[in-house]
Amino acid sequence: MADLTTNFLGIKSPNPFWLASAPPTDKEYNVRRAYEAGWGGVVWKTLGSEGPPVVNVSGPRYGAIWGADRRLLGLNNIELITDRSLQTNLEEITRVKKDYPDRALIVSIMVPCDEESWKAILPLVEATGADGIELNFGCPHGMAERGMGSAVGQVPEYIQMVTEWCKKYYSKPVIVKLTPNITDIRNPARAAKAGGADAVSLINTINSITSVDLDLMAPQPTIGGKGTHGGYCGPAVKPIAMNMVAEIARDPQTYGMPISGIGGVTTWRDAAEFMVLGAGNVQVCTAAMTYGFKVVQEMISGLSEWMDEKGYTSTSDFIGKAVPNVTDWQYLDLNYVTKAHINQDDCIKCGRCYIACEDTSHQAILMKEGRVFEVDDSECVACNLCVNVCPVEDCISMVPMAKGQVDPRTERPVGDYANWTTHPNNPSARAAE
Amino acid sequence: MLNLSKARERPEQGATMTTPMTPGIVAGRLSGDEIAANFGDLHPQYDPHEAQVAADRCYFCHDAPCMTACPTSIDIPLFIRQIQTGTPEAAAKTILSQNILGGMCARVCPTETLCEEACVRETAEGKPVTIGRLQRYATDTLMAKQGHPFVRAAATGKSVAVVGAGPAGLACAHRLATKGHAVTIYDSKPKPGGLNEYGIASYKSTDDFAAKEVEWLMQIGGIDLRTGVSLGRDVSLTELQNDFDAVFLAVGLGGVNALRTSGEDKATDAVEFIADLRQCSDLTTLPVGRNVVVIGGGMTAVDAAVQAKLLGADSVTIAYRRGRDDMPASRFEQDLAASKGVRLLFNVMPKSVEDHGITLEYTAVVDGKLQGMGETVTLAADQVFKAIGQTLTTQAGLQTEDGKIAVTGAGRTSVSGVWAGGDCTTLGKDLTVWAVAEGRDAAEDIHSVLMGA
Repeated sequence: MADLTTNFLGIKSPNPFWLASAPPTDKEYNVRRAYEAGWGGVVWKTLGSEGPPVVNVSGPRYGAIWGADRRLLGLNNIELITDRSLQTNLEEITRVKKDYPDRALIVSIMVPCDEESWKAILPLVEATGADGIELNFGCPHGMAERGMGSAVGQVPEYIQMVTEWCKKYYSKPVIVKLTPNITDIRNPARAAKAGGADAVSLINTINSITSVDLDLMAPQPTIGGKGTHGGYCGPAVKPIAMNMVAEIARDPQTYGMPISGIGGVTTWRDAAEFMVLGAGNVQVCTAAMTYGFKVVQEMISGLSEWMDEKGYTSTSDFIGKAVPNVTDWQYLDLNYVTKAHINQDDCIKCGRCYIACEDTSHQAILMKEGRVFEVDDSECVACNLCVNVCPVEDCISMVPMAKGQVDPRTERPVGDYANWTTHPNNPSARAAE
Repeated sequence: MLNLSKARERPEQGATMTTPMTPGIVAGRLSGDEIAANFGDLHPQYDPHEAQVAADRCYFCHDAPCMTACPTSIDIPLFIRQIQTGTPEAAAKTILSQNILGGMCARVCPTETLCEEACVRETAEGKPVTIGRLQRYATDTLMAKQGHPFVRAAATGKSVAVVGAGPAGLACAHRLATKGHAVTIYDSKPKPGGLNEYGIASYKSTDDFAAKEVEWLMQIGGIDLRTGVSLGRDVSLTELQNDFDAVFLAVGLGGVNALRTSGEDKATDAVEFIADLRQCSDLTTLPVGRNVVVIGGGMTAVDAAVQAKLLGADSVTIAYRRGRDDMPASRFEQDLAASKGVRLLFNVMPKSVEDHGITLEYTAVVDGKLQGMGETVTLAADQVFKAIGQTLTTQAGLQTEDGKIAVTGAGRTSVSGVWAGGDCTTLGKDLTVWAVAEGRDAAEDIHSVLMGA
């Protein structure tokens, strides 16, 4: 069994699987159960300023979309930050941290955008003994209307300012949680860095309406006939989250800044993907909310198996390993040629590859007598759609052509690496040297 | 205390009760509760959750093999997608527009040799999408919720006689009625439905479904049903030709093949047994033998044997003259019979039927021909059923071929203006779904001819 111990900002945890700040981490009861189940760390659900706590709706808080067999693919919520008193939360955090010294415990905070509010809460949080804080600049619903959450996260200057206050009044690591509801994720990340943040975590949830009640004519979840946009998360957001993580990981201005990856992590593989894209650890919420805390066991065993198989002895061996291979489109090799290949032994003859190609792509799959489906290399542009729609994993694969082989589609031999920057069709192509 | 008193009661009851071991052919071998349990729905209707889970497995194949395998070419991927998206009524319309008896076919089709055998998930995992049960979910939902989903076209002034209210006749009549033709259906039996009503195992069509389906089908309007009228006895083909613009014959096969062995008269007709059973309102009153032997290897043989067992016969044997692989009943049907305790005996043919037994001769295929090998086995049998195929009894002066009405194209007979379909024709394939396809296609052909298209 590989060593999954992770050192993130000097905070050690037995594995890189942390629970994100969310309903599962709202109370001592839940957090203790999470640690007992094996979670490496917990980001406590966001605390607000002292005084009367926020009030949540008492109608439905979540909406969802599902895949086949009602597998939950995306979840949105309109829940606010903790609706329990600050004092209660601080006492519980103190107790839990004392009992689980080997687990990471981070406290998420969201208070108004003025120095006094931060100055007031930070010493209280510091006194709990928690390992660090995460600044909730991400929640897109409710709190944003009050000038907090994503309302801060969408203004890089505010991010920098608040981060600076935190570094001033708090001695332990400061993680800035970013909202994806922004056009270029690199700007808030740069602002966090400029403010002295020790790390960024992303993504928070995405503005969303998951469904509409066609009888009530209102978005779901529906509260008394009305709905509002909520924060979207779960497996469906993972591709968006991973791109944002990678963008920050490869941005020269933020390169090397620790990242905590969040967004649809459901399995060990999701975690590994985030981590090779530069995340030092991952935070999970929807998977736990769907299946319970036990899912971490599969994440632990799966990551360990994979590490053993690949010979990685520490998570630091692979963190960021795919970052150098994330590039801009213009640098992709235009002379790399593959062709789809259908393994006839695995084919179950559903014909989905055929109709996808015939109706929506390049008419490169032939349907022959007896429902035999074959690729016509002279039409195949290697778009991969057939691979994506095939219900049988690995039945269709993309086979690269060797250098020098003639591509029957273009009738040109496969050449050396060459990209758009030097392509003759590019009006601003640079002359090849 | 309670248990003790019950234990005391039981022997007294048993002493007066008929049991599976009671010799001869007697009624009441099982209690009413046992009978009710035995004759319950073979595949109960899916609830919405079960249907959703089952529907989610469909891959929506292109040019789907299941659809090709369906004799009525129901657009199966489409109707399953309609179930997936919460519109089972739309799914039912997809089904019924191709197969007006889609409700019955969902119950009685040997899907394991039709759509479900062709399902790509059968290839992938050995577990097809449960198309038949999904079809039943859709059609049952529609039939329970609303009236008839089709609307009759304006009257054409043309009239068609349909002889036989079985699946072929009903499908033909319904399609003709939707086109606006006036249809009169004649059937010799007191009730419509044909083999759906009289010839299919009752655990496949519970709750009087066959009759309810006919009633629902007739809601299209424009169909006049006359039961108790037999072609050749009460009405002649010539009369029908004179009185109507076209005639469709779907008379089925009224006769039964002979065993051609000694003691023939001691064997009874399996179809008749099934009909009696289907029409019986209290199955505890229906007599059945202690030892039952069914001669044959088709669905009728299985239906008769299984139901004899379910009625409480102590031993039931299906005796088939060829090997398992040649048996017309599907492997599913064979396994169903075996699971109910029916013994399947292969490569034996009847030699003589006696008072309380039957002697069978072992067979083998020699030089491509099936023949008796001399060696025999005698089984105890109070009741012997023949399920060795049926014969045409009303050819009505039409040209026949291999003992059935010869047809070409969409059921055209040797006589102009007379069409035929279902089991009585050379097209007949002994399944409800094929009969529906033939009736429907003949109706389209009749419509084209009548309207001069």
